[in-house]
Amino acid sequence: MRAGVTALSVGLLCCRVCGQLSRQPDGGGHVRCPRCNAPLHARRPASMSTTWALTLAAMLLYLPANLLPIMVTSSFLGSQQDTILSGVVFLWRSGSWPLALVVFFASVMVPLLKILALLHLLLSVQRRSTHRLVQRARLYRLIEFVGRWSMLDIYVIVILVALVRFQGLATVEAGPAALSFAGVVILTMLAALSFDPRLMWDPVSPPPASARENTRD
Amino acid sequence: MPHVHGTEPPLTACHECDLLQTLPVLRARESARCVRCDAVLLRNPTDSLERTSALVAAAAVLFLLANLNPLVGIEMQGMRVEVTLSGAVQALWNDGMQAVAGLVFATVILFPVLELAMLGVLLILVRLHRRARGFGMLFRLVRSLRPWGMVEVLLLGMLVSLVKLAHLASVILGVAFWATAALIVVLAASARTFNPALLWQDVGEVGPA
Ligand SMILES: [Zn+2]
Repeated sequence: MRAGVTALSVGLLCCRVCGQLSRQPDGGGHVRCPRCNAPLHARRPASMSTTWALTLAAMLLYLPANLLPIMVTSSFLGSQQDTILSGVVFLWRSGSWPLALVVFFASVMVPLLKILALLHLLLSVQRRSTHRLVQRARLYRLIEFVGRWSMLDIYVIVILVALVRFQGLATVEAGPAALSFAGVVILTMLAALSFDPRLMWDPVSPPPASARENTRD
Repeated sequence: MPHVHGTEPPLTACHECDLLQTLPVLRARESARCVRCDAVLLRNPTDSLERTSALVAAAAVLFLLANLNPLVGIEMQGMRVEVTLSGAVQALWNDGMQAVAGLVFATVILFPVLELAMLGVLLILVRLHRRARGFGMLFRLVRSLRPWGMVEVLLLGMLVSLVKLAHLASVILGVAFWATAALIVVLAASARTFNPALLWQDVGEVGPA
């Protein structure tokens, strides 16, 4: 892996908003970008601890999100509770297997893979691993991109609740899993946003000892 | 010590791996990637300002259409039921799922509106070569809102819910459904034509403070 010179290793700060480079002041402290006035940090403050906390919270919520009913349908025939998985099974049995796959992938696999990917990124930064950095950079971009699609089931419920309600024969209500599910999506999105990918590359171009003071969590 | 504020070639640090590198001069429609981690550093879409302004205006119109008209409906025994986006959010709210309703409202109505409006203001300021106070903050807000607007996920959600209802009733795709579909295309196009580097070009490079 090519080492190269990073902004931090020569005492420069790069603005995340406008890309302007500025010199790191000697005393440390709060700096703002001279061009766009955004706050400047060599590395995102407390990136690792924040990302850890959000990822662990998402892992906790993943269980109720998948085990509790996400939708409760009641009619004069009785009431039926659906979890995310039973919703997928329903779509599969009713013959729309492409949509069943989409929902399964977006609602079950994406959050799970995203949590695993975040754990992998966090652990490899902590081990100061220099292994497969380009692949990890790609993984980071991927989880930033796909996370939003997990909101799918929430929107499905919103439309169903409204349509079935006004039609009058049955009622559909959002189950307790809806909130935990939305929580998983939001927490993993926040975790991906708070992770600073530059930390992955620091083991190959270590910042000087003086600069490292500013980057610690 | 690298040369920081020379005229050319401009020096930058990759936002994903912090590697210092010089930016090449881009021709139209070219983009520059980080030599180490392959992150996109700079793009140069053609006629960025004109195209983005036109797309933002189109998106605003489509957004209005998508919110004022019925999204989807079902027809059953001669009875026709249609819902609008705000009607759906309201139904969820009245059900006691205020948190979920609030989230849906934020991700498909509030955040997209704010992002469009602020992007419009930024584009107007750039056109007027005016740099009002808070220009930088406005751009930071637009950027931080971007991941939270989820109109395209809503569209897929509508399709899934209609498939679920298709065995009970015949489904109707409303005007807002098609407006939402068009809105997604326009938003994606505007994200491609928008060149953030335009916002700072009048200011030029500032020497390191
Ligand atoms: Zn890079």
